Amino acid sequence: METTAQAATDALLPSARPVQLLDPSGTEVPQAGTARDYVMPSAARLREVWRAMVIGRRFDIQATALTKQGRLAVYPSSRGQEACQVGATLSVRASDWVFPTYRESMALVTRGIDPVEVLSLLRGDSHCGYDPIATHTAPQCTPLSTQLVHAAGAAYGEQRRGRDSVALAFIGDGATSEGDFHEALNFAAVFESPTIFFVQNNKYAISVPLSKQTKAPSLAYKGIGYGVPAEQVDGNDPAAVLAVMDVALEHARSGKGPFLIEAHTYRLDAHTNADDATRYRSSDEVTTWLDRDPIARVEAWLKAHGELNDDVVAATNAEAEARASELRDRMNAEPKVEPMSLFDNVFAEPTAQLEQARAMVQAELDAEATA
Amino acid sequence: MTTARPVTMGAALNTALRDSLRDDDDVLVFGEDVGTLGGVFRITDGLAADFGEDRCFDTPLAEAGIVGFAIGMCLTGFRPVVEMQFDAFAYPAFEQITSHVAKMRNRTSGRVGLPMVIRVPYAGGIGGVEHHCDSSEGYYAHTPGLKVVTPSDAADGYSLLREAIDDPDPVIFMEPKALYWSKQDVELPSRQPAFGKAVVRRRGTDVTLVTYGPSVPMALKAADAAAEEGWSVEVVDLRTIVPFDDQTVMESVARTGRCIVVSEAQGFAGVSGEVAARVSERCFHSLHAPVLRVSGLEIPYPAPMLEKVHLPGVERVLDAIARLQWDDQPDLTYAGGAL
Repeated sequence: METTAQAATDALLPSARPVQLLDPSGTEVPQAGTARDYVMPSAARLREVWRAMVIGRRFDIQATALTKQGRLAVYPSSRGQEACQVGATLSVRASDWVFPTYRESMALVTRGIDPVEVLSLLRGDSHCGYDPIATHTAPQCTPLSTQLVHAAGAAYGEQRRGRDSVALAFIGDGATSEGDFHEALNFAAVFESPTIFFVQNNKYAISVPLSKQTKAPSLAYKGIGYGVPAEQVDGNDPAAVLAVMDVALEHARSGKGPFLIEAHTYRLDAHTNADDATRYRSSDEVTTWLDRDPIARVEAWLKAHGELNDDVVAATNAEAEARASELRDRMNAEPKVEPMSLFDNVFAEPTAQLEQARAMVQAELDAEATA
Repeated sequence: MTTARPVTMGAALNTALRDSLRDDDDVLVFGEDVGTLGGVFRITDGLAADFGEDRCFDTPLAEAGIVGFAIGMCLTGFRPVVEMQFDAFAYPAFEQITSHVAKMRNRTSGRVGLPMVIRVPYAGGIGGVEHHCDSSEGYYAHTPGLKVVTPSDAADGYSLLREAIDDPDPVIFMEPKALYWSKQDVELPSRQPAFGKAVVRRRGTDVTLVTYGPSVPMALKAADAAAEEGWSVEVVDLRTIVPFDDQTVMESVARTGRCIVVSEAQGFAGVSGEVAARVSERCFHSLHAPVLRVSGLEIPYPAPMLEKVHLPGVERVLDAIARLQWDDQPDLTYAGGAL
């Protein structure tokens, strides 16, 4: 009996080292000593992920450029985190729920949401440009880790409805220090809510390094305290991200409850365009991570296996360029904002006081128009 | 022919939860100790047994988690009714309430509504130790996007809670815990005026007491005592702080010409100050005296043996009435002093 209990406890633990299926050169890594068996994804899936990463990175670079042109108020880049943004997102179904943070713009574009709708928040014309119900994608969340308990609740709700949908909740390394992270893991575990907590450990919370957030040997070790199985993965290895997501999804979808993933990755750009990363990290460090590029390694593997040729690479780059160009053009159009809409969605029906305020603003606007 | 019988507010709230669970399969009740125990105030008594533990259930002891979990459940069409065990224990959920519950409809351009009710037993008068007696309604009322409701009797307890559960918007349902055991002859189900309608609990001609929740019975007692001294006092019960019923309050003050706002909560920057400001803005030319407030003191809620000093009572209300410039002499209470 004791052995069984010990085995059940051990089954919660992550691998001692991040799961890696492809090394930075694109060479397959022999699997030994991982906590679970991880299966190399098919070439077709890797090609799909590679393509989405190429498009996603170009989108991300374009979004940062739009801040310089004054078209976005701010943009938190996820350049360098493509394997996480794309790999995790492409692993789930349209009927699953996604709970993104402000850094998940690339993930949302990958999910098929119109990039202009995605950027509405950061352009500043609305708080959320897309329909969360239609897309099963929550608004991008800024108060750190607060969206995780929503994810646990939504996934539990799906389960209560008798559906096999899960929730994929994104979070950064710094936000694991927030109380809601712990409450979400605990609630998800207690209610066996099919929730995947996907931590992108990009090494910095704005400027604060992970060493100042936690003494845990890996953020994945935070799972066992809640009875949540966890894994750590090379977050710059798209093959490993897919493989670990597959295991997590199988676990959640089969009614076994939540799963925690720590993906080791790196934020190549500053926290946002308004941040200066040179104040807290060296360029040597950044260079080291440039060598672990997620796109290059899967591209190398695909080419080595005859699954990708230069023509396809050129065509995909051209498509990414065309999408970025279209996005630029669309973002250059002045967004329409409607002052009278301010009063529309405070409540389902405006209160008398809101109607009075609406009349006051309308009168101000009328006076301006005739002045 | 009436079948009215004495019902406590607590029992009326329990009946409202029962009737909502019965009428709508999407209604769920959850929180700390609400299942087997029936809640520390027994408001959810018997619900888990009668409706099943999938309709009324205990959660881990974490208020942000409870409210956040409820938000997620709303996304899949449920209508959660969650209990915060005590006023001050709701503060861990404050970020979820202010950043998400209050804003979700707005930040999603109306695409995501959160039809949830957060029940908060609040205020003092029961000899509770610290952190069990806060009047926290002001925090919620100050937050756009929340409806803030507080019944003062059993009939309203039933009616307002049913309406809160049916409402498409999130409702902070503030239950005056000192009134849980107060009885009223009432026939349930009772349907009282809708959200946003204040009610004149007592007619009078000389002065209007505007009050709500735990202070209503005290204000009515004060009105009775004032009558013995020759003042005719009107008592208005707000019932819903948000939406606020300007019309009923202003009509009353316009008739009486005098107004005192009575609240158990500390007065500074609170609901009572808001009411006083609104009355001053709208009824200035009808007023024979400044609008006064009788509120809790500007102190952290005191130890139980001292709460009587803190809580506004009949004498304080009568003193305020006496100061309402009945003989056109200026009220010098605030003149020349540090106040």
